Amino acid sequence: MNRTERISRLAYNRGNMPLFPADRDPPRSFRISASRSSSTPPQRPQGSLRARQLIIASVVLARAPFSWLGRRLAPAPAQLAAAALTMLGLLAGSPVRAQMTVEITGVGSQQFPIAVANFFSDSALPEDMAAVIRADLARSGMFRIVEAGPNPIAESAGVNFPDWKSRGADTLAIASAVRLADNRTEIRYRLYDSVKGNQLDGLAYLSSGADLRRIAHRIADRIYESLTGIKGVFSTRIAYVVQYSASRYELQIADADGANPLTALKSPEFIISPTWSPDGNSLAYVSFEKHKTVVYLHNLATGQRRAIASFPGSNSGPAFSPDGRSMALVLTRDGNSEIYTVGLDGGNLRRLTFDPSIDTEPVFSPDGAWIYFTSDRSGGPQIYRMPAAGGDAQRVTFQGDYNISPRISPDGKSLAFIARRSDQFQVAVIDLASEQQLTITDTVRDEAPTFAPNSRLILYATEVGGRGILALASTDGRARARLSGPNGDVREPTWGPFSK
Amino acid sequence: MMLLSFNKGVSNVNTLRVAFLAVAVAFVAAGCSTTKLDDSAAASSTKAAPAPAPAPTPAPAPVKQVDSTPATPIDPLNDPKSILARRSVYFEFDRSSINETDIAVVEAHGRYLVDHSARTVRIEGNCDERGGREYNLALGQRRADAVRERLKVLGVSVSRVETVSLGKEKPRNTGHTDAAWAENRRADIVYK
Repeated sequence: MNRTERISRLAYNRGNMPLFPADRDPPRSFRISASRSSSTPPQRPQGSLRARQLIIASVVLARAPFSWLGRRLAPAPAQLAAAALTMLGLLAGSPVRAQMTVEITGVGSQQFPIAVANFFSDSALPEDMAAVIRADLARSGMFRIVEAGPNPIAESAGVNFPDWKSRGADTLAIASAVRLADNRTEIRYRLYDSVKGNQLDGLAYLSSGADLRRIAHRIADRIYESLTGIKGVFSTRIAYVVQYSASRYELQIADADGANPLTALKSPEFIISPTWSPDGNSLAYVSFEKHKTVVYLHNLATGQRRAIASFPGSNSGPAFSPDGRSMALVLTRDGNSEIYTVGLDGGNLRRLTFDPSIDTEPVFSPDGAWIYFTSDRSGGPQIYRMPAAGGDAQRVTFQGDYNISPRISPDGKSLAFIARRSDQFQVAVIDLASEQQLTITDTVRDEAPTFAPNSRLILYATEVGGRGILALASTDGRARARLSGPNGDVREPTWGPFSK
Repeated sequence: MMLLSFNKGVSNVNTLRVAFLAVAVAFVAAGCSTTKLDDSAAASSTKAAPAPAPAPTPAPAPVKQVDSTPATPIDPLNDPKSILARRSVYFEFDRSSINETDIAVVEAHGRYLVDHSARTVRIEGNCDERGGREYNLALGQRRADAVRERLKVLGVSVSRVETVSLGKEKPRNTGHTDAAWAENRRADIVYK
C-alpha cells in the first residue's frame, strides 16, 4: 500500500467532511455527440399508429480489456529520494498525513488544485486525453484546474516542483503516449505532489487506440481516488431517454460525461424508468410500444430483450433487488397501482402493498432490507418504506405536501427525491442518520434523480430554456453542472454501476 | 420538437375523428340504405302532396329519447350539438375526482353505452407535465379508473370499458401555462 492510499483512507474515515468548496461552480455544459449511426439501422418512415414498427438496435458493450487495469509504475528515479523521505515521515506518524487530511476535512474545505499537462506523444492522439481528464475532475466539483500551459510534458521528464507549487498546482499529472512496435499505444501516467515533491501514483496502460478516451477516464478515476480516498466514477456509464419528436424516442447509453452515446432502443412510443441491473449488463425499462406500459429486460451485450411484466393494466416502475435476482415493480392488474416483486425469470410474483391509494416508484435499499416507495395514502404523495418482503409501511418524508421519486444512495446513507415547494420541483436529499433535509439544485423542474455509484454525485433530469436536459449536483449540494445535448429532450437518467 | 409533439397530438385526434367519421358514414349509409326504400316509397306515394316536409319519422313522434334509435338516422354520438360530442373530462392538479362540470358528460356517455350495448370504449388518463413520470402514470390510471367507475355506477359493464394511462407523456397542449396544464389534466373517452 502506498502512502497516498493510506492517507486517503484516513481522510475518508474522518467522515462528514465537506467534499466541495463553498464557492459554487458556474454551470458547465458539454456536448453529447451524435449517436454512432453505423451501429444502428436507419430510422424507418413513420406510418399510422399501428403500422409503425419498433426499431430495436442492439448495443454491444465491449468488455474491458485487461490493459485498462493498468500496470503500476515505480517512481521515476529522480523522485526516489523524495519518496523515501515521505515513507519515513509516514512511519513517524507524520505531519504529511495531517496536511493532506486537513485539505479535505477542514471547514470550508478547498478544491484540490491540480495541473494536468498535455500528454507527450510521438504521434498525434485521436483524443485530447488531458482535456478529458481535466473536464472529468472539474465536473466532480472537487478539483480546481490549474493552467498547465500548451507544452506537453513527458511522463519521464524531471519535474520542477517549486515551479508548479508557485503556480498553485499542489498536484500535477503528466503522461506520455508511445506507439509500440505492435501498433498498440502505451499510456504512461504519473501523479505528483508538488508540495512534497513526490509521486502519488503512476500507471501504464496498453491501448488498441479505440479506447483512449476510456483510459483517460480511468486515469481521472485514479487521480480522484488518490487525492480524495473515494472511488472515481468517470469510467462508469449512464443511460437515459431522448425524445426527438412526438413519435421518436431513443434509449441511449453513454459514458458518464455524456460522450460516446449508443442507442439501445428506438421506439415511436415513449420509454420511461430505465434502470441498470446491478451487474451493469442489462437495463430494465417501461415501454409503451404496445400501446400499454410493459416492463422489459434488455441485455445490452446481445441486444436481446424480453417482457418481464406484461399483465393486464399498467406495468411500470422496475427496480432491481441488490442481488440482481428479482425486481420490484408497479402493476394495476388487481385494481389500482400496487407494488409487487417478481423473479427475473418471471416467476414468484408477490404483491406487497394493499392500499386503495397510489403506491408506486419502488426502490430497494442497498442492503436489500427495505423497499422505499411513493404513496399518496396520506393525501398527497409522500415517501414511505416497508420491509422488502412486505409489511407495515413507515412514512419517511414529512416536509411539504408532494415528495416523489425516492432513491437511496449506494452507501445507504442518503435518500434523494423530488420535492415540490410552491410549484417548484427540486432534488432534495435527506441524510438518513441525522434526518437533515437539503435542497441540492438550483433548477425548478427536476425529475428522476440517480446516484453515482460512489454516492457523491446525483444526476437528474430537468428543464432549462424549454428543453429537457440532464444535470449534476453533488450530494451535499455544493457543486453543479449541466449536460447539454445537441437536440431532443433528454430525460430519465440512470447511473450505471462501477465498471469492471 | 414541441411543435412536432403538438402536431402529433392533433394528428392523433384527427385520426380518431377520421375513424369516427368512417364509423358514422357506415352507420348513416346503413341507415340510408334501409330507410331509402321507405323514403322512396313514401316519396312516391306522397308525390302529390307538396307542402308538408316529408322525411323524418314515419313512426309517431312523441317518443322523446334517443333510444328510439331504429328510426333515428344519425347516431347521437356524431351530433356535434349533443353533449356526447364532448369526450374529455378534466381534473385538478394531483386529483382524480372528475370536475363537477364534467360529470354530466360522463353520465351522457354512460346512458349512451347502456343504450348501445355493442359499443366499447377506452378511457385514456392524462396528466400535466409537472411531477414525476411514474407518479403521473399512476395518477393518469386513477383518473381513467374514476371515469370507468362512474360508468359502472350508471350500469355499463366494466368489460366494455378499457382504461389506459398515458401519464404526462402525451400532452394535448405542449405549453407550460396554467391553461395548458388544465387542458392536459384530462381523461378522454375514446369509442372503439
